[in-house]
Amino acid sequence: MEKNTPIKPVETQQKQLYHIKVNINGVDYEHDVEARLLLVHYIRDVVGLTGTHIGCDTSNCGACTVIFNGKSVKSCTMFAVQANGAKILTIEGLSKNGELHPIQRAFWENHALQCGYCTPGFIMQAYWLLKENPNPKEEEIRKGISGNLCRCTGYQNIVKAIMQAAKELRSK
Amino acid sequence: MIPRNFVYFSPSSEKEALELLNEYKSDARILAGGMSLIPLMKMRLVSPSYLIDINKVESLSYIKEEKNRLRIGALTRYYEIEKSSTLKKLLPIMNEAATWVGDPQVRNMGTIGGSLSHADPSGDFGSVILALNGQIITSSLNGQRTIKADDFFVDSFTTALNANEMLKEIVIDLPEGMNGGAYVKLERKAGDFAIVAVAAQLSIDSKGNCNYAGIGLTSVGPTNLKAKKAESFLLGKQLNERTIDETAEIAASEARPIDDPLRGSAEYKRAMVKVLTKRALNLALKRARGV
Repeated sequence: MEKNTPIKPVETQQKQLYHIKVNINGVDYEHDVEARLLLVHYIRDVVGLTGTHIGCDTSNCGACTVIFNGKSVKSCTMFAVQANGAKILTIEGLSKNGELHPIQRAFWENHALQCGYCTPGFIMQAYWLLKENPNPKEEEIRKGISGNLCRCTGYQNIVKAIMQAAKELRSK
Repeated sequence: MIPRNFVYFSPSSEKEALELLNEYKSDARILAGGMSLIPLMKMRLVSPSYLIDINKVESLSYIKEEKNRLRIGALTRYYEIEKSSTLKKLLPIMNEAATWVGDPQVRNMGTIGGSLSHADPSGDFGSVILALNGQIITSSLNGQRTIKADDFFVDSFTTALNANEMLKEIVIDLPEGMNGGAYVKLERKAGDFAIVAVAAQLSIDSKGNCNYAGIGLTSVGPTNLKAKKAESFLLGKQLNERTIDETAEIAASEARPIDDPLRGSAEYKRAMVKVLTKRALNLALKRARGV
């Protein structure tokens, strides 16, 4: 073989792309995506909203939780093409005019995070939980966040934060 | 993890979905909630060339009471089953079992038709449908078929569905008289697959004799199992500590558990079938008596 053989581009099969329109945090996006692109990769890498995290990538940990047409879902276990026409809310869509959402503030005030990696998922799940049940008992909160894993806090302060946020949201 | 690529379809009607399925047959998969299929695709254990997403076919999502029967559409999500007031009134075992499926986010997407078609022996609802003697209605371009739940589960991850057929709905004859059910599950951690779980449905007559007994077992065989010997033993008998104990013993003998490094030995699981069958029957009996 000759030294310094230049690298040539390889002819590849044309990728089949699908045109999707998605509303994320009130903003309309349109992109051409591959069918296999996962929703979480779309949100992070294509749209550029990196607040939604990828934790386990196997739909166990809930770090990738977003609100999809009003329901909390794990965005690592959906394809972006499924989101065509959907309304999605991510962690970036919670604060208004630079003010933290009451759930975000409650997590901060109650020290409901340490490393913070799982936090966006917990907050989005708490958001859905409190929409479903504005006045949850502690046990209901624990069941409600059973699809989210935190390896730092031991959950105590997360539960406390959600209780506080529930109280505050009810009084609004 | 990135799945292999595929061609994606999002039909808006059942007919359109069936036409696609008829064209691509076993090269295609139906995507419902995707809570089992998408992880399998990401791990590349399953790589369909064509994906037929039925999530826009809203006519497949319903819970209907109809002349002593209940009909549940294949696309009905576990969230809806968990919250359904119709089920709470008629078949509360369904609401109870739904709370044991995955976690809240999974139940927001996951569908009853999807998990039955997936036919994981650790799936919760296979056992519930077996205990209720449910029927599976399938549809294809050739028309519909009715398959008894017991004939539907052929082997692990294998059903009686033909390659051009999809699961359309689940039909259950509603129990009469004093009746109750329970789904009892033993798991290592919240949201996990069962080590063992048992679905039990009972009806009793005014003398306290059993006139319906349904028992389904989760995670202890190649499919969800119907404990038929245990069911027929109990039929016609008084429900008391002795008969419940014997029924549980028979159910344990019908189980076909295997050793697994994650969720325990076959011996342990068989012992747990007995314990959980007893618990499920006692709970079902309590509910049937309304106490």
